[in-house]
Amino acid sequence: MNFKRHGILAGIAITATLALTACGSDNNETPGTTGSNGGSAPASTINCAKGSLTAQGSSAQKNAMDEWIKAYQQKCTDAKIDYQGTGSGAGITAFSGGTADFAGSDSALKDGDESTKATARCGGNPALNLPMVTGPIAIAYNLDGVKDLQLKPETLAKIFSGAIAKWDDAAIKADNPSATLPSTPINAIHRQESSGTTENFTGYLDKAAAGTWTLGKDKVWKGTGGQAEKGSDGVAGAIKKAPGTIGYVEWSFAKVNSLATAKIYNGAGEYTALTGAAAGKTVAGAKITGTGDDLKLSIDYATKEAGAYPIILVTYEIVCSKGTPADKLELLKGFLGYTVSAEGQAQLDKLGYAPLPESVQTKVAASVKNLA
Amino acid sequence: MLFRGTATAAGSMVLVIIAAIAVFLVVKAIPAISKDTENFFTFKGWFTEGENPQFGVAATVFGTVLTGALALLLAVPVALGIALCLSHYAHRRVATSLGFVIDLLAAVPSVVFGLWGRDYFYEPITNFSKWLHDTFGWLPIFGSEGPYGKSILLGSIVLAIMVLPIVTSLSREVFMQTPPENQEAALALGSTKWEMIRTAVIPYGKAGIIASVMLGLGRALGETIALALTLGGVYAINFDFLGPGGVTIASNIANRFGEANELGRGALIASGLVLFAITLVVNMAARAIVYRRREFVGSA
Repeated sequence: MNFKRHGILAGIAITATLALTACGSDNNETPGTTGSNGGSAPASTINCAKGSLTAQGSSAQKNAMDEWIKAYQQKCTDAKIDYQGTGSGAGITAFSGGTADFAGSDSALKDGDESTKATARCGGNPALNLPMVTGPIAIAYNLDGVKDLQLKPETLAKIFSGAIAKWDDAAIKADNPSATLPSTPINAIHRQESSGTTENFTGYLDKAAAGTWTLGKDKVWKGTGGQAEKGSDGVAGAIKKAPGTIGYVEWSFAKVNSLATAKIYNGAGEYTALTGAAAGKTVAGAKITGTGDDLKLSIDYATKEAGAYPIILVTYEIVCSKGTPADKLELLKGFLGYTVSAEGQAQLDKLGYAPLPESVQTKVAASVKNLA
Repeated sequence: MLFRGTATAAGSMVLVIIAAIAVFLVVKAIPAISKDTENFFTFKGWFTEGENPQFGVAATVFGTVLTGALALLLAVPVALGIALCLSHYAHRRVATSLGFVIDLLAAVPSVVFGLWGRDYFYEPITNFSKWLHDTFGWLPIFGSEGPYGKSILLGSIVLAIMVLPIVTSLSREVFMQTPPENQEAALALGSTKWEMIRTAVIPYGKAGIIASVMLGLGRALGETIALALTLGGVYAINFDFLGPGGVTIASNIANRFGEANELGRGALIASGLVLFAITLVVNMAARAIVYRRREFVGSA
């Protein structure tokens, strides 16, 4: 029985390591580019500070964080920053427990217990949600002989709720009049663990396909059919491997695995392919719903903007408004000041994320300045 | 005197640690279970987020037992065959080196089995599933029309391969310890080699076989990462072996722990307690059987 206990712990440790390495491996492709960026922009906006920061949380922004940390540490050799993609839940727990200096999270702090604990950790000062990384969620698929799959939100909702079982269903045919669709079963893949990607994707379906999608907006997948995979890399890997699959995954993972992505019918009445610019149009329409320095964002999934790709994800950095230890504060402000700067945000496009709209950038930068 | 004291302290330390772990688990599990708005033992889903958390271990317990049982069903006959071959049929030198290879198989980390199953073994199983469905589709267990791949079948076969070396090396040891007198007596009475094995070796080793199978079952029930990688992760209770499906207590914990909130962690720990209870029952049953058989064998 003793062995069993160890087995479970070891299993968890292994998965954690796996998740980390899986996230980490995606970044190996761009070291050259970063190096040259850092070199060619000597007059950069990086404010250096000494010290060390430990952070953890959302694996969705892990690729961006790695890139930023690399660039920042290259400039500031006295700074040591560590970000682990342990998951949003783990990140918030670590932040509230005082073992992380800031947390990355796919969703803003919830009112109630989560906020209370974070406030207590900050010595009675409220914790802030600072939007930092936005990224499109790709509807990736693997279907022999079908390029440029186009989907309406209602069709998407039916596929993922299991109402449509075969690829040559009338609803999919109606969206793709010119494609030859095979009569094979659809393997709809979702995330097994609770995930901000699931929350944003179901949030999109809930808004854009209201009526057809009945399972609401949730971090955990509430559908009963389909196949579950752990992590974005798990979903992307499963799609890459098997024909007949479709799933929702952060764009960066679809890119790394060179998966085909579907065009999505937006509120303006057109099928839009996923590009950084198209996703940026939806991000630009996002509204700030937080108060003061807290900058919680609300996304308009049913955006009427022409050419906008509507399914996107916002991830936050969670920091103390006041109460960060003095020896950490300067580095925290320096680093987050860099990540939100135009220079920092410019790194995002090639990684498969979208930069924050300028209006939001300015506000986040102001909030970072106000940290004390 | 000093030595006795040290030994006693060391011995009781183990108990203290186990008790501390148990207390910690129960303390973490109880608040989570008390917030559960569904029956923890009969509900099939696992939704620990939100205002009204609903979660239950029914589907995970079912998956744990089903994959474990299937794995044993596939592994035990093969394992016993290999063990007999190594102990009684193969040439001494071949048997030694083969035995070494089997032991090596037991030392392969489970994550390697999992990745192999997910990325490589996946394809033959997909084709095999299609064939099974086309040929035996009238059987409900093979009735799924797909998509095939990550299924109970894949998970169970990978698990069977992992259980195989444990059952093999243990039962080989047991078979080798059959007293030569018994074997020679059987041969002297004119039995063939197979009859000798049936009448002398297998009855003598029965307790050992059961013990090795139970140890294998213990491994199968607690196996985490290999199943987390090869099962479809669907929270349902049905005997569909081919379609995407299957989730076990351990794979559920491994897949969800990182992203779980505090309540979710408590819930996962509670499910860990259920697994603890299941393995406890299995181990106790095994001990009881072995104990009863030992008396029987001793008199034989």
